[in-house]
Amino acid sequence: MNERVRFYQTGSFAVRNRLLPVVDASVQSDPGRSNAITSGHRACQGCGEALGARYALDAAMRAADGRVVAVNATGCLEVFSTPYPETSWQIPWLHSLFGNAPAVASGVAAALRVRGREDIRVVAQAGDGGTVDIGMGPLSGMFERNDDVLFICYDNEAYMNTGVQRSGATPPGARTMTTQAVGPHPGAPFGQGKDLPRIAMAHEIPYVATATVADLRDLEAKVTTAMALRGARYLHVLVPCPLGWGTPGHDTIRVARLATESGLFPVFEAHHGEITTVTPIRRRVPVTDYLRVQKRYAHLFGDPPATAEIARIQEQADRTIRRYGITEVTV
Amino acid sequence: MRQQIEGSQAVARTVAACRPQVICAYPISPQTHIVETLSRLVQSGALTGCEYLNVDSEFAAMSAAIGASAAGARTYTATASQGLLYMVEAVYNASGLGLPIVMTVANRAIGAPINIWNDHSDAMSQRDSGWIQLYAEDNQHAADLHVQAYRLAEEVSLPVMVCMDGFILTHAVEEVEVPDAEQVDAFLPPYDPRQVLDPDEPVSIGAMVGPEAFLEVRYLAHLRQMQALATIPRIAADFAAVTGRHRDGLVSRYRMEDADLVVVALGSVLGTLKDTVDSLRDEGLPVGVLGITSFRPFPLAAVGEALAHTSRVLVLEKSLAVGIGGAVSSNVRTALAARPVPTTTVIAGLGGRPILRSSLDTVIRGTLAGEVPDLFFLDLKTDLVEREVARMRAARRSGPAAENILRDVAGVGDPHAVGRPR
Ligand SMILES: Cc1ncc(C[n+]2csc(CCOP(=O)(O)OP(=O)(O)O)c2C)c(N)n1
Ligand code: SF4
Ligand SMILES: [Mg+2]
Repeated sequence: MNERVRFYQTGSFAVRNRLLPVVDASVQSDPGRSNAITSGHRACQGCGEALGARYALDAAMRAADGRVVAVNATGCLEVFSTPYPETSWQIPWLHSLFGNAPAVASGVAAALRVRGREDIRVVAQAGDGGTVDIGMGPLSGMFERNDDVLFICYDNEAYMNTGVQRSGATPPGARTMTTQAVGPHPGAPFGQGKDLPRIAMAHEIPYVATATVADLRDLEAKVTTAMALRGARYLHVLVPCPLGWGTPGHDTIRVARLATESGLFPVFEAHHGEITTVTPIRRRVPVTDYLRVQKRYAHLFGDPPATAEIARIQEQADRTIRRYGITEVTV
Repeated sequence: MRQQIEGSQAVARTVAACRPQVICAYPISPQTHIVETLSRLVQSGALTGCEYLNVDSEFAAMSAAIGASAAGARTYTATASQGLLYMVEAVYNASGLGLPIVMTVANRAIGAPINIWNDHSDAMSQRDSGWIQLYAEDNQHAADLHVQAYRLAEEVSLPVMVCMDGFILTHAVEEVEVPDAEQVDAFLPPYDPRQVLDPDEPVSIGAMVGPEAFLEVRYLAHLRQMQALATIPRIAADFAAVTGRHRDGLVSRYRMEDADLVVVALGSVLGTLKDTVDSLRDEGLPVGVLGITSFRPFPLAAVGEALAHTSRVLVLEKSLAVGIGGAVSSNVRTALAARPVPTTTVIAGLGGRPILRSSLDTVIRGTLAGEVPDLFFLDLKTDLVEREVARMRAARRSGPAAENILRDVAGVGDPHAVGRPR
């Protein structure tokens, strides 16, 4: 009862918040938005990837005045957006293979440059598997050549399109179909995995940023920042997957928010390999708040609970908070 | 201008004359001189309007070529051997998407054992990839085929592989008239893509197709290659009109009149074969040579017609279809289905083994006499093979065959005698 009453719309970037100045209004609230991925696609209910891609591409379209070409790796986004003979894409879109989206995008950018069409901007997108695993070589090549491509990774922390298998972005402890909740060490192994935003930063490319679908206005802003720059840019977006994570479709945003508020997923920007902004946590929570709501971690909360594993995950969150100097918002 | 020039240089300069807009390159012998020369031409400003991408792998090279081509640029890359295999997934993708990329394959063997020298195993592995495959007989042919390849690729919307024998052609200095930009411009119109990524007319390229239409899409790929069978000779004739250099686009016939035995082959070995056949003809032996320039699409009718009156066929192959024998032979046999004649497969020149005139002479005489088995390995060192077979029979862990055979060749003796570490 002592809780401070807060006017819902104050400081909120919710779609159609009429109290906001127009410049701060979200791209999605603009009736003239591009609808780059239009309705009718076949994503699961509550799919974080569909949501993230929609916001990211509409923001890119606005920034480029509607002149965007998208390259897509194989994965859920590709499959659910183009069920034969339909397509959700309102923009020119090219899917080639699972592991080559960065190189295809480099080729598109080269062609546009040589044709004097640098007004057309190139956005490449892939899931975490297409980014951190099979696409890693071409992605690193695209980075080091500083090709004029914005690459967006929609990270749902596993190979979802093939039925939820472990990727290099699957967090320790998480259950997937290839790291099942069985045996003495259930779930994905500890001490493994890849942190692609930091690998991207090591290339000293003009822009690296992370975002989540819990803060869609931040995602739009980062896409806008990225689109104002030229050269290789990387955006890593955490997109919960109800199917793979075992969460209700209506909890996608909440789960993404818990990922950041627990400290497990840092939200930041880096220019030329140097961190420039770190988004503070609104209200820090223990990792258990985040883990408990997902069936992929259910085995950690059995009888007895896996206290050692939970402690290791908490340590990881603490370390991330220290590494990025993540602070808590003081209201 | 006629000049003494290395094959790779001739090809690079010809490709430059075709005004490619994006070149994606990754080094591998024996293709390197081509992309090095193109790199120099772009960097020095001699070739303008061209982006040169130093990519991180052949897979990326073909992938970037796919992107560039889909975005409306005339695109080029070159590779060989392991490089071609490394890009295979993208090779199939490029043809599936109908992108008119031109790629030189400087033919080289495939490991293991690793071997940088010439044979046709690399390109042959991609014969069903949906690419058009043209095989050059000499460096003039190689240069000319590249110009025709662009015209063909862009006309039928399919990628084209120009195959030229690694080292034997790529590194040979011979007289070549390198097509100049004026000639090329008269022959090759600017690239007008069938589909292009364009914000003004957005299309989804590479979308998923299920069982409802996949067969039809594949059928169309076949149909386009069948149509190319008519396009290739027409383009060759147009090219001759501009340059005065005429060669049949699909097959080349040499001394086929009244031939009892025709030797079928692809690529540079045709030169040696023609010399061999000349001397056999001098002796009155009725032997001719049929060169296949277009291996994909395979000119069934042209081959069948060329072999209509011969009573024996010898297919000389620079690749081995392990477990069956010859890939070219089975295609030639299909062409002979209406009138089957004895067909001998001769595997030769693998991994750069020289194909000697004397050996060809012997195997042709033997085939005429009906003494050569259906599958024959030219100049196979049977003693080496037998010794290794004996070793394998004697001990389960007889060691790597390639190493053992090398020891035998060097005369180092039995590896077991010196105590092989386990
Ligand atoms: C070379 C290759 N290997 C494997 C596959 C099978 N495959 C297709 S999509 C996919 C998973 C994609 O995972 P991710 O990139 O994380 O995207 P998501 O579906 O999770 O969004 C896999 C393994 C493929 N298409 N190509
Ligand atoms: S499996 Fe996950 S990523 Fe794929 S469509 Fe469903 S919710 Fe989205
Ligand atoms: Mg994924």
